[in-house]
Amino acid sequence: MQNHPVYTDNDPQNELSTLNLGPTHPATHGVFQNVLQLDGERIVSGVSTIGYIHRAFEKIAEHRPFYQITPLTDRMNYCSSPINNMGWHITVEKLLGIETPKRVDYLRVIIMELARISDHLICNSVLAVDTGAATGFFYVMEYREAIYEIYEEVCGSRLTTNIGRIGGFERNFNAIAFSKLRKFLKEYPGVLKEFENLTKRNRIFIDRTKDVAAVTAEDALSYSWSGPILRAAGVDYDVRAMEPYSSYEDFEFEVPVGSNGDVYNRYLVRQEEMWQSLRLIEQALVKLEKEPPDIFHADVPDFYLPPKEDVYNNMEALIYHFKIVMGEIPTPKTEVYLAVEGGNGELGFYLVNDGGRSPYRLHFRRPSFINYQMYAPMSRGMLLSDAIINMSSLNVIAGELDA
Amino acid sequence: MSDIQLVDAPPGVEGAGFFATSLDKAIGIARSYSLWPLPFATSCCGIEFMATMSPHYDLARFGAERLSFSPRQADLLMVMGTISKKMGPVLRQVYLQMAEPRWVMAVGACASSGGIFDTYSVLQGIDEVIPVDVYVPGCPPRPEAIIDGFINIQKLVQTETLRRRNEPQYQKLLASYGIL
Amino acid sequence: MAKITNEELLKKISDKFHDKVALLGEPFGLLTLETGKEQIIDVLTYLKNEPALLFGYLTDITAIHYPELEKPIGVIYHLHSLANNVRVRIKVFLADEDVHIPTATVLWNGANWMERETYDFFGVIFDGHPDLRRILNVDDMTAFPMRKEFPLEDPNRVDKKDYFFGR
Repeated sequence: MQNHPVYTDNDPQNELSTLNLGPTHPATHGVFQNVLQLDGERIVSGVSTIGYIHRAFEKIAEHRPFYQITPLTDRMNYCSSPINNMGWHITVEKLLGIETPKRVDYLRVIIMELARISDHLICNSVLAVDTGAATGFFYVMEYREAIYEIYEEVCGSRLTTNIGRIGGFERNFNAIAFSKLRKFLKEYPGVLKEFENLTKRNRIFIDRTKDVAAVTAEDALSYSWSGPILRAAGVDYDVRAMEPYSSYEDFEFEVPVGSNGDVYNRYLVRQEEMWQSLRLIEQALVKLEKEPPDIFHADVPDFYLPPKEDVYNNMEALIYHFKIVMGEIPTPKTEVYLAVEGGNGELGFYLVNDGGRSPYRLHFRRPSFINYQMYAPMSRGMLLSDAIINMSSLNVIAGELDA
Repeated sequence: MSDIQLVDAPPGVEGAGFFATSLDKAIGIARSYSLWPLPFATSCCGIEFMATMSPHYDLARFGAERLSFSPRQADLLMVMGTISKKMGPVLRQVYLQMAEPRWVMAVGACASSGGIFDTYSVLQGIDEVIPVDVYVPGCPPRPEAIIDGFINIQKLVQTETLRRRNEPQYQKLLASYGIL
Repeated sequence: MAKITNEELLKKISDKFHDKVALLGEPFGLLTLETGKEQIIDVLTYLKNEPALLFGYLTDITAIHYPELEKPIGVIYHLHSLANNVRVRIKVFLADEDVHIPTATVLWNGANWMERETYDFFGVIFDGHPDLRRILNVDDMTAFPMRKEFPLEDPNRVDKKDYFFGR
């Protein structure tokens, strides 16, 4: 497009070529554009353009009640949408002062860790596809279908889940969901190990990814990186460990940290996080056995819709239903910031409330957006093929980039 | 005996060593079972498309084995995901670069009509910039629904005339979009 | 798990900046301060470099629009000290005629796109920013969409029939 600032004043003899990478490109995993100046295969400079899928989430959120903002949060990081949903619900619960019972917290941990596995799975297998190893992708995508089936049992939807409610879940997890979860926990570790065997000590994969796009911890912190790529650079910042939410403090898990931030480290950190997520899900299943099995939401009739049978038969439930839907219940006029550990890093929700049904201002601190700004400066001096691998390892999800 | 299903032959005259049918039926079958899609995946529907291509649902069984990211080599433009006003000209340029015969499938609510995003920055349906043949509703549509949309495209391909591009109503349609 | 409490933090800041930094409150345990645009870079530099505080991580920069106040546009910084596990929020309010504020890219590289996004949505001009142009919206847009007077839906739509939408 015409108005892209490409730095052509460094090229008086027109020896450099300009390559337009995107917005539609098979290797970019999403709609963002990079206009690169190349000297042969080496990148001299690059300018990123984003906003090709800007859907004005923050503006829409000012016109919707709290419970209708959950489907918007789904569509930000759509590879791990339950994490966005839960993060939003936990933010609203913090604002309203709702405390969820332990069973709800443990069920939330299970769903969030499944979402994290699903996100890291796509990132690592597509990273392998970009280096040329397409087989691993087809092996592990089957298990993404297994995760989708678990989501379907709980909430009815596969990808953009809109899972849970403010205060808990919309229905209890039934026996089929638990049996699918146990089957997943039994079968998936074998497949993950098989995927690792294909890539982790594969000479070609290591040559493509080792020492590519190494990042120091100071640079990463200066660019406000978070998530697996920051941990690969050597900084052990994980929101689940530093500011535990949803009872993460009851669980035992390790935070993998890399050494030099290159693409191979990022791949290893994500693999290890998947193993830690499996460990967390198993611990949650053990803890769930000690909790009463029929609690699936907090006892807040002011914000949690009563069951439809009660609404049709019971006057009090009808009045609560009316008040919740019409927004007659006053909410605190204050502001809250809550961060959860999303698939890509610190996903923050900054909610400024004015007492009504909708937020006055809702801002999403999106990790993909903030992580991606280092891409153009970082790719200076890299080979084009390394720049593509770098982009896949950053795991930039276009929905979260543009919001 | 294998359980691979073959396409039924169209009505025609058969004899020893020959089979005579009308040209557009034969070409229609050939085209519909070998469509090369261009997955113009922008957001969440793109991930459901990835699930459709993966072994569980396998769009390749219907002939869409070879995905083409180059519009010059593609038959079917599958627009999956929200198209914003910034992306509209890019989509139009990709459509213009496709050679006839070309079909367009709008997958998902956002591509069909703007979806849940009734905002200043989202194009309310890609049929504001390019003509669309099949709309697949859903947010995101299940892989089965995407396959159903694909089968509808196949039916269109089989039943349309050979040179759709020469039909007057098609040319009128393209003219209404400003595409000559 | 914070190694430094909000009271100590507030005391250190008010010892250094006296009345130029005001306390707005502590909603949900997050110390919220307000300062003016002349001091904001000094405040951020002090918070980042002071050895006991070490707020080296810029979480986010965003803005908010209160049309009825005399200084309607507020720029909001969230900082995080990873070493001490404490967060702080700083607000700077700007008048409509003079929406300029010095850029934080001198302290953190990550402020680059955050400030571009704030400019794109609210029109806040960051003096000294290397490349202040629109990032998410179309480049030739003239209005600032997140301000309260801008409508959510596209006013130029002709196909949405008001009759069916109950208007």
